[in-house]
Amino acid sequence: MADPAAASGYHDPPPRMGFFTDTSVCIGCKACEVACKEWNAVPDDGLAFTGMSYDNTVGLGADTWRHVAFIEQRRPVPAGADRDGKEGEAEDGLRWLMASDVCKHCTNAACLDVCPTGALFRTEFGTVVVQEDICNGCGYCIPACPYGVIDQRKGDGRAWKCTLCYDRLGAGMTPACAQACPTESIQFGPLDELRQRAAARLDQLHGEGAAEARLYGEDPGDGVGGDGAFFLLLDEPEVYGLPPDPVVTTRDLPSMWRHAAAAATGLMAAAAAAFAAEWLGRRG
Amino acid sequence: MSTSDVTRQGLRGVRPGREARPGRPARRRGRRGEQAMVPPAEFTSYYGKPVINSPVWHSPDIPGYFFLGGLAGASSLLGAGAQASGRPDLARAAKAGALGAISLSMAGLTHDLGRPARFLNMLRVIKATSPMSVGSWILAGYVPAAGVAAASALTGRASRLGAAATAAAALLGPALATYTAVLISDTAVPAWHDGYREMPFVFAGSAAAAAGGLGLLAAPAGRNAPARNLALLGAAAEAAAFERMTRRMGMVAEPYHAGRAGAYVRASQVLALLGGAGALLGRRNRTVAALSGAALLGASAAIRWGGFHAGLASAADPKYTVVPQRERRDSSRPAVAEAN
Repeated sequence: MADPAAASGYHDPPPRMGFFTDTSVCIGCKACEVACKEWNAVPDDGLAFTGMSYDNTVGLGADTWRHVAFIEQRRPVPAGADRDGKEGEAEDGLRWLMASDVCKHCTNAACLDVCPTGALFRTEFGTVVVQEDICNGCGYCIPACPYGVIDQRKGDGRAWKCTLCYDRLGAGMTPACAQACPTESIQFGPLDELRQRAAARLDQLHGEGAAEARLYGEDPGDGVGGDGAFFLLLDEPEVYGLPPDPVVTTRDLPSMWRHAAAAATGLMAAAAAAFAAEWLGRRG
Repeated sequence: MSTSDVTRQGLRGVRPGREARPGRPARRRGRRGEQAMVPPAEFTSYYGKPVINSPVWHSPDIPGYFFLGGLAGASSLLGAGAQASGRPDLARAAKAGALGAISLSMAGLTHDLGRPARFLNMLRVIKATSPMSVGSWILAGYVPAAGVAAASALTGRASRLGAAATAAAALLGPALATYTAVLISDTAVPAWHDGYREMPFVFAGSAAAAAGGLGLLAAPAGRNAPARNLALLGAAAEAAAFERMTRRMGMVAEPYHAGRAGAYVRASQVLALLGGAGALLGRRNRTVAALSGAALLGASAAIRWGGFHAGLASAADPKYTVVPQRERRDSSRPAVAEAN
């Protein structure tokens, strides 16, 4: 896989850095949300009770760069499997999934591709960052993101999202969310190393019988070329509010331009025909 | 917080940390404990919340721009044709219409920015991967050309410069009328992206219908034949492309037929039928021609608003993001082994 920093023109960039968020050890403490807000001075965006389990943050946006999802599931616990080791009937159990979501820092980042001002750029660490002194708030990156990460800040007008703590990375520090995570659910490091760690963790969980564990966003062959921030999930991605098979929209852009060129040519031909028909009608 | 102790025998009570087991039975009893964990292939979401963030573009700025930009681009073609074929009144009307439409567009586009004062940052870079960047540069060429062409036609001065500007506007006009289709298709909004093959033809047809409609409205009866032809061709092409697009999109086309978007689309179809019939049958009557032109302009505007709201609706409902992606994933990876 091409290193996105090298592909963006950096000579001899440092290793690509990212997150591996292992949701199987997330305890839903939201320390990541708080640390992120504190470090990045992300403004308050309202306090409300949503009724969505313990999630009152709802989703990623301009003022939420880490979001902890809470999913309550009633599903049968297999018979003979209770914690005391007692044999018993299958019964309904509550499964509580928690997952800390974040910008994926895609290898092929649609937000960056479509940004008309160059405000979004690729850093030497392979991450994707908005320059707030350039962004003019056109809003194009927002519907371009297949994950619903970036958004426009109310009253400010510009687009904001996770920077993977670009300032901290530059100083050799760990991003605030990973630093604050008490269970190391959020692991930060060189992406290659994280992928190995994730593969080992997945093997371990499958060995434990957690057949539903799966990695999300780690595959460089996926529709966005792999995520710089990937996840270990215990259910389908959409259960966590993640798209099951995201594709960078600009993958189809060459074809879009071809279709538009054909349509533009057709429009010229139609105009020519409109005059020619009249001329022929007058003569005939 | 730590509950572990250091003893002579080593660490005791160490928490498993990142090696922790998930909340499932630790022991396995052969295959008996294994449950089929593959969820049924039905639609699930996170509390019904959308997967993607909705566009922050506003009505009337953005659908208005799609309509007016199309009207301007196709009007420049009509104006150039009218000038070349010796129809100065139609040429004047088309060029003035193009300049008016694009001026309103620019106001709307600037107004819709989060930071209008940074409008010129659009010309900071040139990026083929950003249809908005390409569009900014198209506008940077088109707006002065349309301005000079209209000024020359209206004042009768600088006719050579006016002719050159007319030609330049006519060359850039079709690009202006169709790039906006790429602009909305190049997003993760299902109802926009999935229509990317036909969307430029819908936009081009709608633009031609609008420019023809303006010509019908402005030009005297008996001298509006090219405008009428263009309007009819455009309306027919738009209807055909729209039909083909929504058929091919399957369930993702639902938002085009429901709610506010559906009302706009139906209004557009009715207006196009009325305007088309009027333009065809009432060609000798100035009033009928003008009413038909107005109806075609309305039809073109309505389809832009319909498409805009269909996109917003498809972004707001996670169904349109999740279901097609699940189908694509599950068909490209048959028998997805959940366990490995």
